[in-house]
Amino acid sequence: MYVVIAGGGKVGVNLARELLEKGYEVTLIEQRRDRYTVIEDELEHVVQYGDATEMWVLERAGVLRADLLVAVTGDDEDNILICQMAKEKYMCERIVARVNNPRNVEHFHLLGIRPAVSATNMILRLIEHEVPKIGLVHLLELTDDHIEIIEVEVIEGAPAANAAVSDIPLPDGSLIISVLRPDGGFVPRADTVIGVGDEVLVVLAPGLEEQVAAVFNVPSTS
Amino acid sequence: MFVLVVGVGRVGASVAKRALERGDTVSVLDRDALSHEQLEQGMPTTWEEAGGLFTVGAALESDALIAAGIERADVVVAATNGDNTNLVVAQIAKERFKVSKVIARVLDPARAEWYGQRGGIETICGTSRAIELVDNSIAAAEGGS
Repeated sequence: MYVVIAGGGKVGVNLARELLEKGYEVTLIEQRRDRYTVIEDELEHVVQYGDATEMWVLERAGVLRADLLVAVTGDDEDNILICQMAKEKYMCERIVARVNNPRNVEHFHLLGIRPAVSATNMILRLIEHEVPKIGLVHLLELTDDHIEIIEVEVIEGAPAANAAVSDIPLPDGSLIISVLRPDGGFVPRADTVIGVGDEVLVVLAPGLEEQVAAVFNVPSTS
Repeated sequence: MFVLVVGVGRVGASVAKRALERGDTVSVLDRDALSHEQLEQGMPTTWEEAGGLFTVGAALESDALIAAGIERADVVVAATNGDNTNLVVAQIAKERFKVSKVIARVLDPARAEWYGQRGGIETICGTSRAIELVDNSIAAAEGGS
């Protein structure tokens, strides 16, 4: 597999190292001369000097035969443009973009750049996961594959509380995949009884979040 | 017409002033409050006294674009000093705010051409024009010798 990485900052260089170690063919593009020189000492011909938003630089890096382009510069506009050109002009099948300012995620999505990865948002998710609260945490969203994983805490009186997994009224398109308890997490069986205070991981199709969460964190009206 | 100019450099400031003189409602957005001075070069009054609107904010911030009136803009001109910023702002104006005419100033001829042909936004490349004019001038001199 051939991967082109635009941006030789911490993210780009570490990605390049890891991918090389896994045996992938990699080209890294860095536009700052001083950074390029330092990277070249270590990665040699793998790094190319130039502005990855310039078409000739992308072409020289072999974007036309790339299986994956990763845009991880420190500039969101640059990452958007690099991905747009890779996708639409060079027909690169897979792209991954880094979002520096989480407020720009909407712009990436508006312009069709997916997946757009924001480190800030990921850390926020992890913080939400760590802080106990009643509600719903989005742990993972695979938008292109129409799948996401949420975490939800079970409250007293909810339909799922003290019910066996097979008896929990989940909508089609959702499935309980793990139960987290203070002494550890496990994959439940059909006869596992879900208790109050359990944190439950559910894989589901986007759009079902509220319906699914209600089974765990809304008291039954009956 | 309501014209929104994003980025008040040489090009943005002049374009904004001309539109104002023609009687358009002109709003400008720039991240630097001091760009106001550039805007008022050669004007007998302040920009606001002449009827212009000015918003300080980043070109990619939706809130700033909305504060500058993008929702009622008939024309958006993206003229910051960054090609990529201009191309992204122009696309946001077109795709999200459905502005009917969107013009991006792009210095790189290759990007200007590709995004121009891609549709949706218009790109203006000063570099291509300069190359053409200089080249024509040289060619004329060669022809004359």
